[in-house]
Amino acid sequence: MNMDLMTNLMPASAEIFLLCMVCVILIADLLINQQGRMLTYMLAQLTLLGCSVITVGTHEPGVVFAFNNLFVDDLMSDVLKLLTYLAVSMMLVYSRQYLMVRNLFSGEFIVLTLFATLGMMVMISANHFLSLYLGLEILSLSMYAMVALQRDSAVATEAAMKYFVLGALASGLLLYGMSMLYGATGSLELGVISNAIQYGVADKNLMVFGLVFIVSGLAFKLGVVPFHMWVPDVYHGAPTAMTMLIGSAPKLAAFAFATRILVEGLQPLVEHWSGMLIILSVASMAIGNLTAIAQTNIKRMFAYSTIAHMGFLLLGLLSGGVEGYGSAMFYAVIYVLMSLGGFGMIMLLSREGFEADTLNDFKGLNQRSPWLAFMMLLLMFSMAGVPPTVGFYAKFSVLNAVVQAGYLWLAVAAVLFSLIGAFYYLRIVKLMYFDAPESHAPIHCSQDSALLISINGVGVLALGLLPGALMSICAVSVQQSLLLF
Amino acid sequence: MTVFGLPILSVAIWLPIIFGLLVLATGDDKNAPLARILALIGSVLGFLVTIPLYTRFAVDTSEMQFVEMHDWIARFNIHYHLGVDGISVLFIILTAFFTPIVVIAGWQVIEKRVAQYMAAFLIMSGIMIGVFAALDAVLFYVFWEAMLIPMFLIIGVWGGPNRVYAAVKFFLYTLLGSLLMLVALIYLYNQTGGSFSILDFHQVEIPMTAQILIFGAFFFAFAVKVPMFPVHTWLPDAHVEAPTGGSVVLAAIMLKVGAYGFLRFSMPIAPDASHYLAGLMIALSLIAVIYIGLVALTQTDMKKLVAYSSISHMGFVTLGFFIFNAYGIEGALLQMISHGFVSGALFLCIGVLYDRVHSRNIADYGGVANTMPVFAAFFMLFAMANSGLPGTSGFVGEFMVILGAVKVNFWYAFAAALTLIFGAAYTLWMYKRVIFGAVANSHVAELTDLSSREKLMFAVLAIAVLVMGLYPLPFSEIMHVSVNDLLVHVARSKLPL
Repeated sequence: MNMDLMTNLMPASAEIFLLCMVCVILIADLLINQQGRMLTYMLAQLTLLGCSVITVGTHEPGVVFAFNNLFVDDLMSDVLKLLTYLAVSMMLVYSRQYLMVRNLFSGEFIVLTLFATLGMMVMISANHFLSLYLGLEILSLSMYAMVALQRDSAVATEAAMKYFVLGALASGLLLYGMSMLYGATGSLELGVISNAIQYGVADKNLMVFGLVFIVSGLAFKLGVVPFHMWVPDVYHGAPTAMTMLIGSAPKLAAFAFATRILVEGLQPLVEHWSGMLIILSVASMAIGNLTAIAQTNIKRMFAYSTIAHMGFLLLGLLSGGVEGYGSAMFYAVIYVLMSLGGFGMIMLLSREGFEADTLNDFKGLNQRSPWLAFMMLLLMFSMAGVPPTVGFYAKFSVLNAVVQAGYLWLAVAAVLFSLIGAFYYLRIVKLMYFDAPESHAPIHCSQDSALLISINGVGVLALGLLPGALMSICAVSVQQSLLLF
Repeated sequence: MTVFGLPILSVAIWLPIIFGLLVLATGDDKNAPLARILALIGSVLGFLVTIPLYTRFAVDTSEMQFVEMHDWIARFNIHYHLGVDGISVLFIILTAFFTPIVVIAGWQVIEKRVAQYMAAFLIMSGIMIGVFAALDAVLFYVFWEAMLIPMFLIIGVWGGPNRVYAAVKFFLYTLLGSLLMLVALIYLYNQTGGSFSILDFHQVEIPMTAQILIFGAFFFAFAVKVPMFPVHTWLPDAHVEAPTGGSVVLAAIMLKVGAYGFLRFSMPIAPDASHYLAGLMIALSLIAVIYIGLVALTQTDMKKLVAYSSISHMGFVTLGFFIFNAYGIEGALLQMISHGFVSGALFLCIGVLYDRVHSRNIADYGGVANTMPVFAAFFMLFAMANSGLPGTSGFVGEFMVILGAVKVNFWYAFAAALTLIFGAAYTLWMYKRVIFGAVANSHVAELTDLSSREKLMFAVLAIAVLVMGLYPLPFSEIMHVSVNDLLVHVARSKLPL
């Protein structure tokens, strides 16, 4: 093996390892029956562990490009990948029992989850429109299939169909935008595009035209208003385990995707795209928070709350600088942590033949299980952004970036919408603590998921008491990766 | 500064919180006796550790004392920075003083989820001490908001029939104010060039428009908490629905947090805006004093009456602040402490009646003196103190504020002095209808007088009210230098040249 190949393969070794392991698991799973499915599950967890070891082990200071600049390995990608492994692994733990009692705990589920993880990793490390698109499609196709995994459920099939059609439309928009940029600059590589715009080689009008499509495609994938229509239906229709996967780790990848395109590739067009992001973000916070109030299904409520959260994340992106991008990354990480806990709780309370997905299912939880109610309380206050939970610091750092960028009015609007948002999170707390339970059915949750929800809830509080380290990690990684000073 | 090798402020904050968590860990109501005892030990210890704050306090300086400073969030230059001056130290002691009383008040009355109830109060006590001790704006904000969570649960879980509405209203009302304050704090952080220290905020120069906006943002946060007219409407609801302990903490401590905010943030950070808007603040204060006093007169529910009386008395406090002289501010501070004792005691009195008869309607009582003579005597003292009778704590603060107001404008003082009449009218009229006369009904006839637990609780408060009324010097000497220094600071313009 020559040295040149090695230098190319090293940065991508985690992806390569994951791909090999997925193939192994795919074949191994054919040979075992339902009783042995735990083996597949354990293998998947070990694979994620192995990926973390490789990602940490192959970390090199600075920014390393590979495969003719298709692929980049930097601090931001490593941090985001590690968090992705963690999120996926947590999602597997949360959903194991839930899927088992629904006969969905199949090899396909695990293989598709790992493929989705691979897609996210490629998105995180992409430095070229081709690899960005490739990663996005690996992720999306796996997720379309996962939503449809429950074949006999009409809502799930409908959700999958919607997800697929709208997702394909979004991919089309992105591709169209990319082709415009290619036409204007003659390259698909982010760095080259950036230089071409900066030195005035490219046709500005064509660039801005392409940019509109790129931003629309991004908005679709992030699920921000007015491209949010698919989010509630998919969140609602998909089995909760799949909803959890859609609502968690891919947000990290989406953050990377958006920053790579907008900051690394299109930074010179910042005056154009920041204005678009302002509209998207304010509309998302408004519609997301207001519509969430009217929901009676908690999964739909979380869907609208996600829309609002993504609007908040965009505020960080449009503010720019280390503050802005760092705070957006921090926000994404914290959001993933909270959303895992939220969906985890729904699955914990569900049992065979019963989905705990309406608001009323949370009534009187404090009387049925004070500890679980307390964990949910922490998660809800964190989503609402009330200190001392970590959700506050996520909002705080974004607001700080917004104020520093000079958008004082935007900060005021953001806090006002947060206030509206606080209402529906508070309603969950109200249902859990102030109301009498509707059913006294004992809560059967497996030991591992009960332990995990405890770690998740206490983690939200502990990170809230000591948020400094994670904030610094996010700031340093965007600073090094995006070469900001 | 440390006492016996311990960082005294941190201990005062975290000891009740740790005990609160321990109480929470005792679990369900099978262990209720253990939870009660643990809560009592925690709250009494929590009070004892604050005593060195008084005995070792240097009264001749306005510098921050007992300062603790550690890095917390290095990225935003946020510190775990605690300290007290003459303005804040008494409120810390007051907070710690009320926690054991609240624990004792809920000893038998609270029967469901005892551990959670006691834990909520202990944790809240630690958090409120944190609010008064924080010198870093983010630390302050964290404590400030965290305060909402236990109070929300206390009202919502153990409150009256309309508790959910009251709890949600309380939470959202206060959150609105706080969030605007957060934006102001972040703006100030950027103005000071990257410091969240409140003391740095005091020094930074700010143009007039920005000062007015900052003052407005702080006003929302603090006026809601005080509460000032016209954002007071959450308080009667919250008070009526809250359990006795919740009402006591709300009235005695939580309202003071808002007033404290004016002294620590609004006035020193935006002095020019404070002077510019003083007329408005005085007008709102006087409306609270007079109009809310009249509203109190018409109440048929005892708790609502005391709640309106609280708003009216807090109007006095904000009036004292915005006349910008030493009598006004010191009087206002004394009034805050006195109101803590008196309103806390009055809510406890109503709680005692409610526990026995399960009604807060004045009309359901009458002739209580016949069956509960000891109670009637205590109630009399606190009612007199609430109407500002000389010799009780209620008189000192009101007198000083009126004195201060006369120096500024006679009519301010005249309007404020009306409260002495209204206060006496609504308090004593309620007292007369509840306590005197013939025994009104069979419920009253069956009343039993105070238990020794309740006697202890009232005796402590009665002593506090009388001592403060007869000899206020130990209270006023502590705040004297800090108040004068604040006035000097506020008199200097902070507009950039």
